[in-house]
Amino acid sequence: MTMFGSAIANEHEVLDDSSQHEPEIVDPRDDVPRRIGALRVSDMLSMVGAILASLSMTTVIFTVLAPFGGVIGFIAIAYIIFLVVYAVLVSLDEKTTIVRDRVVSVAVHSLAVIVFATLVYIVSFAVFRGVEALPHLNFLTEDMSVTGPLDPVTQGGVLHAIVGTLIQISIALAITLPLGLTTAVFLSEVPGPFSRFVRTIVEAMTALPSIVAGLFIYATFILILGLDKSGFAASLAITVMMLPIMIRASDVVLRLVPSTLKEASIGLGADNFRTMWQVTLPTARSGLVTAIILATARGIGETSPVLLTSGFTASMNVDPFHGPMVSLPLAVFQFVKSPEPTMIARGFGTAAVLMLLVVILFVIARIIGSDTVAKKDKRRAQRERFFKAISDFFVSVARVMARLFSPRNSRAPRRLSRRRRSRRRVVAQTFNDSLKRNGVSE
Amino acid sequence: MVSDSAIAHAFRAQIEFWMPVTLVSPRKLSHVSSRVDYVYRGVARAGGIIVLLIMLAIGVFLGLRATQAISADGWSFLTTQAWEPDANNFGIAAVLVGTILIALVAVSFALPMAMGTSLYISEYAPLRIKRFLIGLVDLMAAIPSVVYGLWGFFALQGSIVPIARWISQTFGWIPFLNVPEYDPADPLAPNTVFTSSTFIAGIVVALMITPIMTSIMREVFSQAPVGEREASLGLGATKWGMIRSVLLPFGVGGIIGGTMLGLGRALGETIAVYMIISPVFMIQPHILQNGASSISSLIALKYGEASSFGMSALMAAGLTLFIVTLIVNFGASAIVARSRSGASS
Repeated sequence: MTMFGSAIANEHEVLDDSSQHEPEIVDPRDDVPRRIGALRVSDMLSMVGAILASLSMTTVIFTVLAPFGGVIGFIAIAYIIFLVVYAVLVSLDEKTTIVRDRVVSVAVHSLAVIVFATLVYIVSFAVFRGVEALPHLNFLTEDMSVTGPLDPVTQGGVLHAIVGTLIQISIALAITLPLGLTTAVFLSEVPGPFSRFVRTIVEAMTALPSIVAGLFIYATFILILGLDKSGFAASLAITVMMLPIMIRASDVVLRLVPSTLKEASIGLGADNFRTMWQVTLPTARSGLVTAIILATARGIGETSPVLLTSGFTASMNVDPFHGPMVSLPLAVFQFVKSPEPTMIARGFGTAAVLMLLVVILFVIARIIGSDTVAKKDKRRAQRERFFKAISDFFVSVARVMARLFSPRNSRAPRRLSRRRRSRRRVVAQTFNDSLKRNGVSE
Repeated sequence: MVSDSAIAHAFRAQIEFWMPVTLVSPRKLSHVSSRVDYVYRGVARAGGIIVLLIMLAIGVFLGLRATQAISADGWSFLTTQAWEPDANNFGIAAVLVGTILIALVAVSFALPMAMGTSLYISEYAPLRIKRFLIGLVDLMAAIPSVVYGLWGFFALQGSIVPIARWISQTFGWIPFLNVPEYDPADPLAPNTVFTSSTFIAGIVVALMITPIMTSIMREVFSQAPVGEREASLGLGATKWGMIRSVLLPFGVGGIIGGTMLGLGRALGETIAVYMIISPVFMIQPHILQNGASSISSLIALKYGEASSFGMSALMAAGLTLFIVTLIVNFGASAIVARSRSGASS
């Protein structure tokens, strides 16, 4: 059961491979891959039997033998019994190697299911608990300056945190984007011992603990320079955290650009800058965008550097240089610290808003990142068709206008048409007369 | 042919004897950079230098701020468990051990999950959903840590406590799984002794580091040479046989490196841990028992009320965390770079 999806995958790979070596003209509809790992009745039976056996045995254990509690415990014990029973059943008619393969396959599938199910659980849990606060429009349009912890969720909102997050991430991006891209270009385009050293340092910094980034900005910006906690300090802390992530991701992308392209550009007489600007960067564009979005998503979601550097406020502050400025993750953190259920609901609602922001970023990244040359060509063709249709329309409109309003054309036909009308009338009359004469009319 | 080349050789030897330099040395390739390139390279190098300076400044400034505390405390900074900087009685023994314990619990949960998920994506998943799953793993890595913290505190904690109790009852003879404060004979013994523990924080952190580990391992597995896979399958290996004999030996560097990167991230995780644990400032070897500690949550907890000296002590703690993470990361990248699969990643 678990085999045949992957068997098809393998078959695909093999077919792809052979078709590259010896191109044959085959109608793709006839070229259906043979199913190597087709599902057999005995596989099905041992699977179903193992499930039934494990469920019933676990029920017996839970109700009769030992009073354990909890859903997770039930599932865990049922799963272990299932694995054992399944292995025994398969071993009745297969060799040991195949039994091992089946058991591993079940284990791998279940681990993947656990991981993805947990992800869905985590995300939907936050959204589900936030439902109490989310549907009220004021949640997105008000701040918390006049709302106390005991007020219902129909009052107050997180607009200040949304604005704060956007301001902070914009400042962070304004610093990270040029600096990070320049450094990534340096690492991949200007090779040498120094750039290797920088790369090592940057790679080691990718997992810089976020709280250390916050601590660093706190030590320099606030303690040494003596400035207040502010949105700008928070942006700097986020910047320190985002920089290595972005440099590393873009460096990997830039190194994937085929060197033949660059050599062709240099061979045509372009200098290094021009090659980088017109060949390397455009080729790596979608990957670079993905790198930027990944770093941005990490930067938006970080709480701890912001916790140390931005201060906390319940009211709107759009000035990043003065006064505390709160961001979405920090707002979540502060909300759920409160024992009030409405505040906790607000916290979950804020978390949902934050995740929505991250998901939007990801969808954008996926759209841009999945851009292939074929897709781009198709889009360009569509665009050209669209513009051609528009331009055709305007050209024809212009022609009609020109005919209507041009002074020569507008008068001449009218004068002509009077004469023509009379002549046409005469022609039509004679024609009708001749028809009548021949008895064809009516 | 032979005679020709022999003649040529003799001829060249004659000439070289008379004018040795001009003919033997290859033509010198000279390269004149345009002015634009000069500026471009300078700007790129400046970017690299700035980033390097920022990264070095992190260590330097943390070190500068930390000297006050460390010089006042001396070696007892490494051995003291309490955290009372204003009474000059503080050290990182408890929090460092707590950090490492949480990270170890996290890695021991995350390693099988990441292995399973990456093997599933690279070997078992149907082609149609493969790309989708890769995107999902990336997305999972970008879920804010505070969301994991919310889930851990409000959802996981309740359902994990019975399991923790069962583990401590069944495997209590293993020292670190023992919970001395819990008396199984007392039916009214409170379950709260199992909440806010290293174990629960570790599970939440495990879920946070699973995506990054998964994505590194999947990347490595996907680079395994197709020829070797097909050779293995062609010799009659089952899928698991192929994985064991080709994929895992090929990707072992990536697996170890990815795990260490996950470990590095687990060591530094702040908010989710802070939301779950109830901090204690003594070495807590019983991972199932209420009360845990970590360096990052210590900083998040104490920075607000810290005096100037207390802040210096926190900086010292942060510096320790920084150094530990750096060591782990350098180790990870060295292992990944040395492995057969790691050259390109």
